[in-house]
Amino acid sequence: MANKLQASSGASSRQNIKGYAFISPWILGFIAFLLLPIAMSIYYSFCDFNPLVKSGPLFIGTANFQDLAHDPIFWKALRNTFWYAAIAVPSSLVVSLGLALLLNMRIPGQPVFRTIIFLPSLVPTIASAMLWLWIYNSRYGLLDAMLDRIGITGPGWLTTTEWAMPSLMFMSLWGVGYTVVIFIAGLQDVPRELYESAEIDGASSIRRLWHVTLPLLSPVIFFNLIMAIIGTFQVFATPYAMTQGGPDRATYFYTYYIFDNAFTNNKMGYACALGLIQLVIILALTGIATWSSKRWVHYQGR
Amino acid sequence: MDARPPMTTANLDSRRAISGARPRPSRWVGFAALVLICTGFMAPIIWMLSTSLKTTESTTEYPPRIIPQEIHPINFINAMHQQNFDFPLFARNTLIIAVLTVIGTTISSALVAYGFAKIKFRGRGLLFGIMLSTMMIPFPVLMVTLFIIFRYLGEYTGIPFNGTFKPLWVPAFFGSAFNIFLLRQFFMTIPDELSEAARIDGCSELGIFFRIIVPLARPALSVVALFAFMGAWNDFMGPLIYLHSPRQYPLSLGLQTFQSQHGGTEWNLLMAASLIVIAPVIILFFLIQRTFIEGIATTGIKG
Repeated sequence: MANKLQASSGASSRQNIKGYAFISPWILGFIAFLLLPIAMSIYYSFCDFNPLVKSGPLFIGTANFQDLAHDPIFWKALRNTFWYAAIAVPSSLVVSLGLALLLNMRIPGQPVFRTIIFLPSLVPTIASAMLWLWIYNSRYGLLDAMLDRIGITGPGWLTTTEWAMPSLMFMSLWGVGYTVVIFIAGLQDVPRELYESAEIDGASSIRRLWHVTLPLLSPVIFFNLIMAIIGTFQVFATPYAMTQGGPDRATYFYTYYIFDNAFTNNKMGYACALGLIQLVIILALTGIATWSSKRWVHYQGR
Repeated sequence: MDARPPMTTANLDSRRAISGARPRPSRWVGFAALVLICTGFMAPIIWMLSTSLKTTESTTEYPPRIIPQEIHPINFINAMHQQNFDFPLFARNTLIIAVLTVIGTTISSALVAYGFAKIKFRGRGLLFGIMLSTMMIPFPVLMVTLFIIFRYLGEYTGIPFNGTFKPLWVPAFFGSAFNIFLLRQFFMTIPDELSEAARIDGCSELGIFFRIIVPLARPALSVVALFAFMGAWNDFMGPLIYLHSPRQYPLSLGLQTFQSQHGGTEWNLLMAASLIVIAPVIILFFLIQRTFIEGIATTGIKG
């Protein structure tokens, strides 16, 4: 008690100094590498800014945003990114949940299976891009060679506008191991008694999944959903190294367009406007996910 | 954890009756499904390994063989000594960036996390909330102006930033929100009595941090170090933006340059080079498997 009183009166200013001293690295970094870039981004998004021109940024009002509205590449990149998110995010969640359920069963060789599923998620993005470039290779690639055996000729996975995007989505499933591990950990938190009582009540395994496992796992599913949405807006290295955004911009992602504007076309102001829109979209999506989660996320007495 | 009685059918049956373990047929269906799925997951790796051991001519042999007719391990040596894939140089660059990133991230994140976990100061809750929300801001939103900031910083101080490794590791010394959060959660589980006792003995706050908290938090700190290392090892976009000369490239960028310059002809060498880039991560995984899995599990659910 005496200690507490002391802490709240005499020592409190010393505590404040100490506290801020310890968190000062983060505060400095927050200002220099987050607040400042965002503030500058907001300003530059109203500027014409070519870094090669000595005069620096030139204020042009909302011209960048007006240009964006009529920029077919912007809409294409936005559509591609949403399209990828709409397919790849739910399928990776379903696949990893399914795998986690399988890997959580008492099955001989379980540790080996878990390791095999997890390892591909460790493969660095660029190395995985190189590997899949070769797998998708027309005629000599693994996929076409296998399909050829059953009489199917591959369509040119990365070279046709119809197949390039689905091919990138498919290969992203190879890296679900990370999410699977999170789901397995979540599954192990589900109290055993709940299954037992459900079983005594005569619930089938599908009903147990639907009424016991999924509700209890919903916070984990929610966490992964948000991370996956944010992740989609950062997809860059894979299309950059595998398709260069092609063919015909079929795999041109939003971040790719920011990158090209800023560092290829030297349109920094335009790139900042794009970045700002990306920020707003992510905040909105996360907001929607959080709001809707109230309906379906079940927190276990916390 | 689960002490298993000897596996006899009688035993299994009685256990099922008591604890309600899954009935047998579904286990075998599960087993079969996993064998199939795991074969699918392994196939790309086997294909990569197989290609990396082939001669250049046999990579375009049709139909392809999984087991090469002629094993050519020399590919791994050749891949490292390509004119535009200078493996020793790229590995050195990667290691410099990764080691500095690991040191910076671990030390700064731990200090900040200690402040948030163990010292009561005004505005703590608010600042912590702000810090958590910064995790949602993705790098592409910041990268354009960060590039400009580092350019100005170089012009004003006379110390170049862009075109050097600095933009890649300097920010690591200012803590990373995700790791601060992770460590703060861990520090909260360390009882205050320990630090109180040390404080009464006249130990300074830094002394408490280094002598009591750090030793106890070694598992959590190694998770942070591991993830920082993996992040730096995999990073592609950062180096692509900030580095100008191919002599500075890390492995990730080097691999991509190698591919684009060879126009996808020498697949055997490309696969060998890719395997060389993958190998350290896989080896690291098998060395500290537990740290990996626990790290992912805690970051993913205990939030």
